[in-house]
Amino acid sequence: MNMELSRRQFLAGSGAGLAGTTIAALGFGDVESAHAVSIRPFKLAQTKEARSTCPYCAVSCGMVIFSAQSKSAPGKMEIVHIEGDADHPVNRGTLCPKGSAALDYIRSETRVKYPMYRKPGANKFERVSWDFAMERIAKLMKDDRDQNFIEKNNDGTTVNRWTTMAFLSGSSCTNETGWLTWKVARGLGLLQLENQARI
Amino acid sequence: MTNSWTDIKNADVVWIMGGNAAEAHPCGFKWVTEAKAERGAKLMVVDPRFTRSAAVADHYSPIRPGTDIAFLSGVVNYLLSNDKIHKEYVRNYTNAAYIVKEGYAFNEGLFSGYNEANRSYDRSSWEYEIGPDGFAVRDLTLENPRSVYQLMKQHFSVYTPETVERITGSPKDKFLKVADWVASTATGDRAMTIMYALGWTQHSHGAQNIRTAAMIQLLCGNIGVPGGGINALRGHSNVQGITDIGTLTASLPGYLAMPTDSEPTLESHLGKRTFKPLQANQTSYWQNYRKFYVSFLKGMYGEKATKENEFGYNWLPKLDVAYDCLRMFETMYQGKTNGLICQGFNPLMSIAHTKKSIAGLSKLKFLVSIDPIETDTARFWENHGEYNDVDPAKIQTEVFMLPCASFAEEEGSLTNSSRCVSWKWAAAEPYHESWRDADFLADLFLRIRKLYEKDGGKGIEPLMAVDWSYKDPLHPHAEEVLKELNGKALVDLKDGEGKVTRAAGQQLASFAEMRDDGSTDGVQWIYTGVFGPNGNLAQRRDNSDPSGMNVYGSWGFAWPANRRILYNRASADPDGKPWSEAKKYVFWDGAKWTGADIPDYVPTLPPSRGAGPFIMNPEGVSRLFARGMMAEGPFPVHYEPFEAPVANPLFPKIKGNPVARVFKGDMEVFGTAKEFPIVATTYRLVEHFHYWTKGVHANAVIQPEFFVEISEELAREKGITRGGWVRVWSNRGAVKGKAVVTKRLKPLKIDGKTVHTVGMPLNYGFIGEAKKASPINTLTPPVGDANSQTPEFKAFLVDIEPISGPVA
Repeated sequence: MNMELSRRQFLAGSGAGLAGTTIAALGFGDVESAHAVSIRPFKLAQTKEARSTCPYCAVSCGMVIFSAQSKSAPGKMEIVHIEGDADHPVNRGTLCPKGSAALDYIRSETRVKYPMYRKPGANKFERVSWDFAMERIAKLMKDDRDQNFIEKNNDGTTVNRWTTMAFLSGSSCTNETGWLTWKVARGLGLLQLENQARI
Repeated sequence: MTNSWTDIKNADVVWIMGGNAAEAHPCGFKWVTEAKAERGAKLMVVDPRFTRSAAVADHYSPIRPGTDIAFLSGVVNYLLSNDKIHKEYVRNYTNAAYIVKEGYAFNEGLFSGYNEANRSYDRSSWEYEIGPDGFAVRDLTLENPRSVYQLMKQHFSVYTPETVERITGSPKDKFLKVADWVASTATGDRAMTIMYALGWTQHSHGAQNIRTAAMIQLLCGNIGVPGGGINALRGHSNVQGITDIGTLTASLPGYLAMPTDSEPTLESHLGKRTFKPLQANQTSYWQNYRKFYVSFLKGMYGEKATKENEFGYNWLPKLDVAYDCLRMFETMYQGKTNGLICQGFNPLMSIAHTKKSIAGLSKLKFLVSIDPIETDTARFWENHGEYNDVDPAKIQTEVFMLPCASFAEEEGSLTNSSRCVSWKWAAAEPYHESWRDADFLADLFLRIRKLYEKDGGKGIEPLMAVDWSYKDPLHPHAEEVLKELNGKALVDLKDGEGKVTRAAGQQLASFAEMRDDGSTDGVQWIYTGVFGPNGNLAQRRDNSDPSGMNVYGSWGFAWPANRRILYNRASADPDGKPWSEAKKYVFWDGAKWTGADIPDYVPTLPPSRGAGPFIMNPEGVSRLFARGMMAEGPFPVHYEPFEAPVANPLFPKIKGNPVARVFKGDMEVFGTAKEFPIVATTYRLVEHFHYWTKGVHANAVIQPEFFVEISEELAREKGITRGGWVRVWSNRGAVKGKAVVTKRLKPLKIDGKTVHTVGMPLNYGFIGEAKKASPINTLTPPVGDANSQTPEFKAFLVDIEPISGPVA
């Protein structure tokens, strides 16, 4: 209990946005408050907090994500701690075994770190630059579009479609990413556009 | 969800079927616990396994996978034959009183209009009788033998408790207890919520599972009321939002439709979707379809969209056929697809019939994966022994695996299962060399446009017409894009008297402001209001609950128009009075509609006008009889899964769903009960999320490996020991794992025959930190629901045998 109290008191004291209502609701007095202030420098004083959303299921639990100056990469912020957002009306501070381990997802060994490229028939990936990857993808797409884009169907109706290219859109992306995806895909003439909604 | 996560607290009965919220949505399930603790709500669970949800339920009944319609139809029959329905709700708020026209019929498991050769229906007889006034004919006494109510009584009478037991294996007494608890909520002062997930959708008749459940809720008057509703517990954190945006083959944002080849002009598209009311005084809200469509086009093409060019309608690609995921992989398999971009998507794991998926991916010229973590799909060409046995030298696909910012490294809005749009803020810059999805999309699009500008090529006009006027075109800002979804006035909008109601350039507060003359834009009408003149409401974080009914109306923004319960006018009787004090929610105060929520209704339209609460439908009422909306027919029918242990006990000649699409060559990959006598189903584990967390250390540690869950009876029969290795195979492939022998699964008696079920978690693969396993979809059949094409992952046939485990 002490741990929990200290942490919450500390956050409120840091003025970083956790509403005072949480504290008031707990009903603790000045003593705890003073105690919290005294341990402040030892806890999350060097961190910045951001309100986020759990990336997993569609309960979409509120999260508070803490980041601090990276020790290995000076000048960059590094995420150091994640917890449930106690102010969120749906999850009220709780997280399940997946959400609780979300920090391990961000720091996963299997994160893709650089653009990687596999040549036809090769048995390994090689590291490439973003510019190489994007230039190559754009070229492959343009060549295929030029070959297979259909302006009019057999009846002469304008149809402006490109059916040899497909796009699977991620359902964990933001709404804004979703709309940009739609716009780019349809702008190019894609009909093979799907997301995880039906699987 | 028609209702919301927090509204579950208002339920008196909670029915979980086709889902396992305690395991798959634990933090949402807390509201079931609250309802039980605070209101004494009863929880009942119907599931093939005694799940974690069942473990805390007040009543549990087992069921054979794939027979939910028989069970649910049994409940419908119980309600109708015992007259335990909310009569006034049914009479006034559903189409029970509507007369179905002559010609409609149901015989031997098929409706009128069936064409066996193309496995589809002519749906024209599934319609109302239209009177001389042009409106649908009704009989409010419900006595006309061709009324929906009487046709329903007849249609469902076959689903007696005995028949339900024979088909589903649910013991009669357990079934009847469920039916009785359902009926206890048909009173107007109690409510039941139904919570389901993929256990209902992933069937060749998934949409009809949900429809039957919705019918039960309508018969009980549980739609539009607090603690009621039909609540889809959705999968990904923003699958609701991405569905709303409509990155689906046949969709535009906001549930508008893609143009098809038969709609060469804007008017030919709009005309058939602008539904006229079927009763006097009805709202028929889709009459506004054209305003939303034109505003969408103005958003998509900006200044280039003019009245003269039909607002750019013909720049949109026209749909020749719907390319749902299954067809997408069929098309790839046929060698007709050259490129695929996977954005946070691992289709090798998530599409049915893995062998076919591998063959399809191998025919691509190029594959792009942009994801924060490595996916099995991005490495589909790599040999992983028995788990992915391919020869890289024979796969000529160029593959790009690009690093993407994780959820914590970007900002933007997400829409949860309760339809609530909420903002998240970035906690750090993208890790490593990752890019945000938006930056990848912008770079790709602008790079391709540049190539066309330089070298020319096909289809330049529609490509260049797309409006991309972001402040920094290479890095569109999330708020800027959310504003675009919301829409704004392009000129001064004036009312009938010439008074300016919205100045040019201002954001719109409501979709009611949208116009069809090009004077407004806004690509996602259902979100209009989220970023209106008062700013970004997705960022609202006021968690007050002024009504005390767990309605958090100032937290984020729930579409449409910040409504938290859909169809909430139905929480009051036809005179506008609450059905009961206990369920008082939205009501008429003599001058306007008011209450705990934003009315899902015209706010000043008096009850005396008789407009129905289901304002989107031309009838103004909900549909017990679906008209031509469903591929299988206007009422649900029990059809067996394509792979079933018995012939359909009701209609033995019909195999599977008679209108489900089966691609050429796929009919042959179904197995028979003779060769594969055991039913299999798949499920999720609380420690894992789909195929991601096998690459997350903590999750891989706490739930490290694939397993096969079987009953003690089956273990004895096959000589399988607890923890011993087993091989499970279907007609499409095999998987191996350790046996978990439990009491959670029991053999059931089906049509006189003992049927075993095995369950397998789906969360494993060959990439990540968890132990390697063959993809679960190695086993599953490539057939989908006839309406949604959601694959039949939850009911198929296998066999099982003990094997010696790998040598350590």
